[in-house]
Amino acid sequence: MNARTILFTILAAALFPPIAVVAQGFAGLGSKAEGFAVPQRGTKLEFPRDHGPHPNFRIEWWYITANLQAADGRQLGAQWTLFRSALAPGERQGWSSPQVWIGHAAVTTESRHYVAERLARGGIGQAGANIEPFEAWINDWQMKSSGTATQDELDNLDLSANGPEFAYKLTLQAKGPLVLQGDHGYSVKSSAGQASYYYSQPFYEAAGTVTLDGVSHEVTGKAWLDREWSSQPLASDQTGWDWFSLHLASGEKVMAFHLRDKGLGYTSANWIGADGRTWPLRSDEVLFEPVRTADVGGKAIPVEWRLRIPKRGLDIRTKALNDQAWMKTSTPYWEGPITLEGSTSGRGYLEMTGY
Amino acid sequence: MSWIAFWALLSHWRYRPLQLATLIVGVALATALWSGVQAINAEARASYGRAAAVLEQNQLEQLVAKDGGRILAHTYVKLRRAGWNVSPVIEGDHRFGQSRVRLIGIDPLSMPSEAQAVSVSSAPDLVDFVGGPGQLIVSAATAARLKEATSIPVRIAADLPDGAAFIDIGAADRLLNRNGELSRIVVARSQRPGLEPIGAIAPELALKDAGEQPNVARLTDSFHLNLTAFGFLAFVVGLFIVYSATGLAFEQRRGTFRTLRSLGVSLHSLTAMLLVETIFFALISGAIGVILGYFVASALLPGVAATLRGLYGASVPGALSFRPEWWLAGLAIALIGTVLSSAQHLWRVWKMPILAAAQHRAWAMTSMKGLIGQASIGAILLLASCLLIVVGKSLYAGFAVLATLLMGTALILPPMLAVVMAMGKKRSNHVLIHWFWADTSQQLPGLSLALMALLLALSANIGVGTMVSSFRQTFLGWLDQRLAAEVYVTARDEHEAERLRQWFPDHAKATLPIWSTEGEVFGQQMQIYGVADDATYRDHWPLILGSPTTWDAVASGRGALINEQLWRAGKLSLGGQIELPGGWEARVVGVFSDYGNPSGQVIIGLDALVRHYPDVPKLRYGLRMEPDQVPSFRRRLAEKFGLPENNIIDQASLKQQSTAIFEQTFAVTGTLNVLTLAVAGFAMFSSLLTLSSLRLPQLAPVWAMGLRRRDLALVEVVRTLALWLATFIASVPVGLALAWVLLAIINVEAFGWRLPIILFPLDWLRLGVVALVAAIISVAVPIRRLARTESGDLLKVFANER
Repeated sequence: MNARTILFTILAAALFPPIAVVAQGFAGLGSKAEGFAVPQRGTKLEFPRDHGPHPNFRIEWWYITANLQAADGRQLGAQWTLFRSALAPGERQGWSSPQVWIGHAAVTTESRHYVAERLARGGIGQAGANIEPFEAWINDWQMKSSGTATQDELDNLDLSANGPEFAYKLTLQAKGPLVLQGDHGYSVKSSAGQASYYYSQPFYEAAGTVTLDGVSHEVTGKAWLDREWSSQPLASDQTGWDWFSLHLASGEKVMAFHLRDKGLGYTSANWIGADGRTWPLRSDEVLFEPVRTADVGGKAIPVEWRLRIPKRGLDIRTKALNDQAWMKTSTPYWEGPITLEGSTSGRGYLEMTGY
Repeated sequence: MSWIAFWALLSHWRYRPLQLATLIVGVALATALWSGVQAINAEARASYGRAAAVLEQNQLEQLVAKDGGRILAHTYVKLRRAGWNVSPVIEGDHRFGQSRVRLIGIDPLSMPSEAQAVSVSSAPDLVDFVGGPGQLIVSAATAARLKEATSIPVRIAADLPDGAAFIDIGAADRLLNRNGELSRIVVARSQRPGLEPIGAIAPELALKDAGEQPNVARLTDSFHLNLTAFGFLAFVVGLFIVYSATGLAFEQRRGTFRTLRSLGVSLHSLTAMLLVETIFFALISGAIGVILGYFVASALLPGVAATLRGLYGASVPGALSFRPEWWLAGLAIALIGTVLSSAQHLWRVWKMPILAAAQHRAWAMTSMKGLIGQASIGAILLLASCLLIVVGKSLYAGFAVLATLLMGTALILPPMLAVVMAMGKKRSNHVLIHWFWADTSQQLPGLSLALMALLLALSANIGVGTMVSSFRQTFLGWLDQRLAAEVYVTARDEHEAERLRQWFPDHAKATLPIWSTEGEVFGQQMQIYGVADDATYRDHWPLILGSPTTWDAVASGRGALINEQLWRAGKLSLGGQIELPGGWEARVVGVFSDYGNPSGQVIIGLDALVRHYPDVPKLRYGLRMEPDQVPSFRRRLAEKFGLPENNIIDQASLKQQSTAIFEQTFAVTGTLNVLTLAVAGFAMFSSLLTLSSLRLPQLAPVWAMGLRRRDLALVEVVRTLALWLATFIASVPVGLALAWVLLAIINVEAFGWRLPIILFPLDWLRLGVVALVAAIISVAVPIRRLARTESGDLLKVFANER
């Protein structure tokens, strides 16, 4: 049994069941809450408290994507994700903790996609998240408040991860406020009412070093943090999603996702002003259209999309930096940097699951 | 090489089928015992290796605490957070009802894939393993034992050794009360370059190299060495047979050799033909031997497996697989042995002048010089043996003592016999008796190898037999003392145990809790028992060392008893302090004998046990009562508590079980003994057969002087019996010396206990009779042949040509 099958298993049980169980929604996100807490509309998120883990919820993540540029102009993407997946609600100290932590890290260049995965159990300190000073970690990967006094614990972060052939160390500085997604952080995921708590920090300026195959590159760019936790965020007939986070040239940001099912699917989006003000968009105000698919390990993955938000005059095509940005982790999915062209330019990240 | 010449050489065997059979059976027997023993050893070692790979992940490097204690979970986290790819293990023995199981608590999330012994790979598997009540992954046999003994779900996996269970580290931590502390840390093969060295992160840890010999293999080394020694002994004895058979064949073909040489076959060709012939026979009989060896090993293996389980807790399957390593080794040793034992004869052919007399040469005359040389070497070996007894400390030294002792006495035997015969010759007045002595000493060189073989086999028999019988007698006496309680009861859980504790006082004379915890003392895992302050112990417990106040000191909680193994390991002496798990100390106030236990053991007062280890399982009890009350007690207990049969064991059946294990243990030794003796008997037979066909020139003159063939035959019988008797008498002191070495040196080194030597003369007598029968059978064929020799044949001796 290797790490891969383990993650597959754990996610299967708790978070992402194998694709075989399509009826359960992608990767088990649709399974029942079974004693876990369920997000309630109207709950006010509080910080820094909610930067920390919520062990009574089944699944949670700290998710950073960064669009980077090396000194020679080359584009790169970097991903740092820590998942928490609970086999049972609550935390226990020691080896009997029901919490399982899973780390995914990746660096994407035009020609290669580097991936690494880490697994750890909770309760002993091998992986976890602290509220103050903020730190989320698994083994020697970490996302840590750099300690300079600021408004929010997440405003200044040191981020590091490594894999067999890559490593990166980045500093992230927030140039804007935290953004609550959905209804004040209550993000609905299906017409049946499944929901999660969801907030983001999309205003990071990133700088640091990315080492690929032993060669270091100085990089700068933009980064985006998503924080989300829930116990049952998908409806049982939903099979996966296409999720965009976009940095527009204007300084505005867009978060948009489309949950696929047998019918029309479920769409949710948020227009984020350069100052952090938000305008949630209605389902029918965002239009997704796959334009080109690429063969990724035998699967047809839509790597170019047309995305329209007519109300905002947005009509863009997104193009993957590297079509093969496949996360060969226990539960595989596609995650990679994209560039935008059309009514505006910009960069962003695209995540596609359930293919 | 001319095929016709080769064919002529080979034709010899067609006329001497018995000789051919002797040669082939000799090599085959020697190879069979040797390769059978090797097969058993190979199987056992492979099984240890498999178990170590599965249970100890010993193909990977491991981190253990330098002080032999446990490792803090925090240390593991520090290593992980420094980037080391490591995985924690919590292991220890746990008792589920009656069954003790080795729990190996692993963290499947971090266990490197190359160390994954059990597969927890399908989707629900891992949740079952890590989550909820957890899961025990065990062999089918262990699963059967655990049935109804635990509420933890059990999953069966192939390829797991019996008596061990994989479990999630969290559950292992809970069951073994480890407070999160680790037994060891497995280090994955692939590590990121540039990591901070482990020594800097966790200086309290030591790195154990991959592929280190598994513990159980070290523990059982002595046993396998023992088997190997037996196998080798049998092989050496077998080679004596080959030596005499090939010697005879060469001698009888001198005429053929001369004829072939005269016809133009070169010396090179002739030697090459003989060598090819030898190799051919060696391979054929070696192959037969290996096949026989397989059956020997298959027959012995279940006994060996039981022994290893009983003595060392090592799990070895009862079935044998045909491993190339031992059958190739068997063939090789058959070849080497045959060639070696034919070397002298080949050399003689090589040196033979082309027109050497085609006379059958009776065996070379006893040379005084040779005998003195042999005696000197024997004496040196015996001296070395004595020296090793004084100086040597290890198990290997013990076996070296055995080897030098046996070889030394074997070498001295023929010179001693020669001296006896010389003395006999001097004293005898009657001419026939004088001739008898002279003729016997003339035959000595030809017989000496067979006599040496007989001496080795007889001594080994007496020695090992004495050891086993001494051990049996001591062990049974010890069992009587140790199993003093009339009934032993095991509760199924703590709640039931509490109810039993309240119920016992009204139904038994005394309740003796048998509670134990496991911990590390001097870096070794061992059991720590608590005993109640009760007259049973004061009266019965088998103490080797102690004082009148021993039991008071134990009852007060300040004193501890240690078993003989721990005491002989040399780290503790009476009156010294022993540091016990949990960081407290007690004074050693006594030493008790503890046969059949591979590891150390400590006994402290019951109150002290409960005070220092409050979580100790309180499930087992010994109960004192009148023996005739036992059946009704059992009935009442079963009625009141519904305890299963297995949880109530009376003294008699416990003793029976223990004795059965003991007998199993030495069944193998007994079988090997018999087989070795059989080989030695065969050696004797083949030697006498050889001599009888060569001795016509010596007998013919005596016959010509008027001695009847019948009387000649009688003299032959008397001679054989005299030689047999001399060898047997010599073998008794040698066997006793052997037994002493086994009991006082090898046992102490191998098991950590010393046994008194007890003499069993009746056993020797029985052995003597068996050997006598063998001697008579071996002399029967040659005698029959002699009695039937035609007068013409005897007369031919005086002719020019025979």
